[in-house]
Amino acid sequence: MGHRKGMEVSIAVSHAVALARAEAIAAYPITPQTHIVEHLSSMVANGELEAEFVNVESEHSAMSACIGMSATGARTYTATSSQGLALMHEILFIASALRLPIVMTVANRALSGPLSIWNDHSDIMAAKDIGWIQIFVKNGQEAFDHTVMAFKIAENSKVLIPTIINMDGFILTHVVEAMEFVDQDLVDKFLPPYSPRHSLDPKSPVTMGAFAMPEIYTEVKMKHQVTLMDSQQVITSVWDEWAKLTGRAYQPVERYKADNASTLFLTMGCLGEVAELAVDELQAAGESVGLIELRLWRPFPFAELRAALAGANLVIICDRALSPGGAAPPVLAEVRSALYALSHRPQTLGYIVGLGGRDVSPESFKDIYAKARMEIAQGPSQEFYLYGVRG
Amino acid sequence: MSKPLDQITWQEIELGALLRKPGSAREYRVGDWRSQHPVWTKSRCIRCGVCWTVCPEPAIIQEPGGYFDMDPYYCKGCGTCARECVTGCITMVPEEE
Amino acid sequence: MLEIRFHGRGGQGAVTSVELLATAAIEEGKFAQGFPSFGPERRGAPVLAFLRIDDHHIRLRCKIANPDVILILDPSLIRIQKPAADLKPNGIIVLNTNKTLAEARQEYGLTHTLAVVDANQIAKQVLGVPITNTTMLGALLRATDCVQLDSLKGPLKERFGPMAAKNIAALEEAYKKTVVEEAKS
Repeated sequence: MGHRKGMEVSIAVSHAVALARAEAIAAYPITPQTHIVEHLSSMVANGELEAEFVNVESEHSAMSACIGMSATGARTYTATSSQGLALMHEILFIASALRLPIVMTVANRALSGPLSIWNDHSDIMAAKDIGWIQIFVKNGQEAFDHTVMAFKIAENSKVLIPTIINMDGFILTHVVEAMEFVDQDLVDKFLPPYSPRHSLDPKSPVTMGAFAMPEIYTEVKMKHQVTLMDSQQVITSVWDEWAKLTGRAYQPVERYKADNASTLFLTMGCLGEVAELAVDELQAAGESVGLIELRLWRPFPFAELRAALAGANLVIICDRALSPGGAAPPVLAEVRSALYALSHRPQTLGYIVGLGGRDVSPESFKDIYAKARMEIAQGPSQEFYLYGVRG
Repeated sequence: MSKPLDQITWQEIELGALLRKPGSAREYRVGDWRSQHPVWTKSRCIRCGVCWTVCPEPAIIQEPGGYFDMDPYYCKGCGTCARECVTGCITMVPEEE
Repeated sequence: MLEIRFHGRGGQGAVTSVELLATAAIEEGKFAQGFPSFGPERRGAPVLAFLRIDDHHIRLRCKIANPDVILILDPSLIRIQKPAADLKPNGIIVLNTNKTLAEARQEYGLTHTLAVVDANQIAKQVLGVPITNTTMLGALLRATDCVQLDSLKGPLKERFGPMAAKNIAALEEAYKKTVVEEAKS
């Protein structure tokens, strides 16, 4: 059915895009996304992938070109990172408002300044409100699987919302590891050609991107909000279908050794695997601790998250971004907001880790666990903490 | 437009808020913006069509005899036609008179 | 889990080495991670590359802090990076040097199990260029059994195409010429 191979994860993602038979790609290279689009570009040039590859002079143009190409009904892909995502910003809202099912990989990287090419989640957290579906992956296999699945989710006629796959820059993009690849036949059966509900066609003209009067803007936004929230059903059904085909199952909120745990870590992206190792060690030492991994960031899976966290006494939320001057870093803020409606809710503590490429090891999580327990015992001195900051 | 904007519910919004019917901007009654309108003195009109050319809306119509008049649905009363008229045959008249 | 850290300079092929080894280990049915020290690529600057090999999926996603093996492509790095400082006590050092075991131990103060080979000499002879990354893989295979030579051949061919044969020859030559000595207790 498939085959197992060692490969750089970026290259595996580009193969996933090719297996999905992307027809149109526009991208501008930026570290650490470069290898993905470089490889796609060479596959197109070598005739291995029948697609239009549009070289552009900026990410603003990349997303604009993607919108144009997707609007003609082509299966469209791009990838970016950090400053590139920031430069696309205004166009990202238009892609989702026009309901164009573009798939984009974001190789998560810190935003400047100071200039940093290393990993954190500040790029995507600055773009959390763009109206796209946003999914996080924690290893190469997931990056591959979710790239293929993203097209099926985005293009579903009940969804038609562009979709981002977040993969940690360098930590995932630049690692060679083992992945199970699937065959073209399987992907073709899983992912039929994109049949757009509307497209730019001179024979049947439509206007996309018309302005909306105050009388109608709110209704348009409501429609988008409801569709985005409802897309969770399609997302999970696509994941279930993939699980039946490949044996690899995914959930919006994933639990790791979390049953009856009094303390739960909550992570996103590849922090999850590192935290799993810490949970293994802490449990072996007799601690009542587990892990919740949040895979689906948009739409935010309120019900599943509440269910996963409700039984715990303490949830330690690990963000990989800061919301300067805000009430809490982004994930902590949303998790707290989700828990607020519960009559019996766990205490929450936030730790910001791994900013701008700082290494996070299982020891970091064990240390955070010890610190969090102490904070709770004494009464927390702060709303959240920048873990490991000197001074 | 089938329904006034302020009566459309969110459920009725088209996918991507797109407009399926071409030329929908024609339905805007910009004539409501008008506080004055042009009046042609036919005796001085040479039917040159400068007014038709300079009108920013499709609001000037040529009548069978070749003379011009305004289309009240679209004329905003901007006065460009009156200002540009070669013979000065167009006068802007306040709406209430 | 086996953790190997490569010490080289930008352009010497440390990253290529870990990629080849990771791919080879995966071909053998094992699990592996090969990754560079993340950052801008600068020719000549000291760089690290990391390799993990295990029998199950590897979830550790940070740098290798206490390696089982260090491989030093360029002996001039020893004074800059002190690569053996965090090597496990029973760890192995694989060193590219034209010195003998005794000279190398004395010169660099190395007490761990040590494998030495003059990879520059071999690379110049066999490949015609002093690029030692694939040559040093021979020394690594001699000092450890991290992967089988045969499973490296596929990845080498995929990577180097027609140049693979020479690289394999250099690797095999280094395998023969590498001298290993147990740690001094």
